[in-house]
Amino acid sequence: MNGAWIAVVRRDMLLALRRRSDVATTLFFFVIVASLFPLGVSPEPALLRTLAPGVLWVAALLACMLSLTRLFAVDYADGTLEQMVLAPQSLTLLVLGKVFAHWLVSGLPVVLLAPVLGLQYAMPNDALLVLVWSLLLGTPALSLIGAIGAALTLGVRGSGLLVALLVLPLYVPVLIFGSGAVAASQSGLDAGAYLSLLGACSLLALALTPWATAAALRIAVE
Amino acid sequence: MLSAQDLACTRGDRLLFTGINFELRAGQLLYVLGENGSGKSSLLRILCGLRSPEQGQVSWQGEDIRRQSDAYRSDLIYIGHLNALKDDLSALENLSISCSVLGQNDGAVRARAALQGLGLARCADIAVRNLSQGQKRRVALANLWLSRARVWILDEPFSALDTAAIVLLASRIGEHLAAGGMAVLTTHQEVVIAAVTVQELRLT
Repeated sequence: MNGAWIAVVRRDMLLALRRRSDVATTLFFFVIVASLFPLGVSPEPALLRTLAPGVLWVAALLACMLSLTRLFAVDYADGTLEQMVLAPQSLTLLVLGKVFAHWLVSGLPVVLLAPVLGLQYAMPNDALLVLVWSLLLGTPALSLIGAIGAALTLGVRGSGLLVALLVLPLYVPVLIFGSGAVAASQSGLDAGAYLSLLGACSLLALALTPWATAAALRIAVE
Repeated sequence: MLSAQDLACTRGDRLLFTGINFELRAGQLLYVLGENGSGKSSLLRILCGLRSPEQGQVSWQGEDIRRQSDAYRSDLIYIGHLNALKDDLSALENLSISCSVLGQNDGAVRARAALQGLGLARCADIAVRNLSQGQKRRVALANLWLSRARVWILDEPFSALDTAAIVLLASRIGEHLAAGGMAVLTTHQEVVIAAVTVQELRLT
């Protein structure tokens, strides 16, 4: 493995450890949204079960987006980004390191928490399993696509709103396939096709977005 | 050899400078002089490749840096106005991680020695947010003690430093030049650096 890549991941993980409140905000948001719905809608299990895939996936998606603006903003402000652009290693690789760290901090915890929150929606066990799989396959795409938005809006005022506008249309397929997989498994159908499509989304994002993000970052430091 | 051919740079609609030419060979030092706002920092960013010039090109070993950026970047260290330090990490962590990002794997060991040399031994394990402005600058400059780059591009390296640190840094730059390196720097202070050839470039 490339030493520079590991160093970038290590730095971001260390920073996340030192500033736990930032990480907690994202997760707290996810837990709150997912827990308020059953309270606000109705305790009717059949209705909750129908709502579950959409609500949980939307909450996961928004939680991921919430942390996006911070992805490069701090590095941009303190000059670390300049040094990354000037590093002899390819910027694309370093970007992948940043995105991987972002996923570890904001995507993976969501994947692990989701089945616990799913219990509030009276979801059957196999649907919970599909929920975990769909998030595991889909959240990397969210981080990867989100990175482009975060890079393009660097140094722009009101970047939070702009990131949402840029990124949400690209998130739609991931949302549809993700919640579709869970809904399919709840109605007794095979979720395999949806999961394959989610995996394909993530792979496609992995192949294309790091280059786009690196190009946007080069423009931002100029 | 680092050279610039007919560089021009604009900011907004304003022309900052035009027709900048120089050649910098091993062991040579280039001072970039000029008033505030005359484009010194922009020139240094162009020399690094962070910014593209309006006109002209920068060449390293006779080839345009935009066409061989990897080879050039591994021979380059740039220290700008921003210290590129993470407030939540200690000085030692900052240095050893930035060494690894630049592709040097023995950074952790040498980083402690470099911090010691700069009188920061006691602060090495404290989060950078608790250091003073001058101490932060010293940590950022400690990268120069770790670097194997041949081209040093330093934007106001002496700002925020006390006299002892200025002497240390000046002698480090002198050492680097004596070892066949080259340096481009901007400064508003009178600092004596031992160099065989000193060039001056005045921006107006």
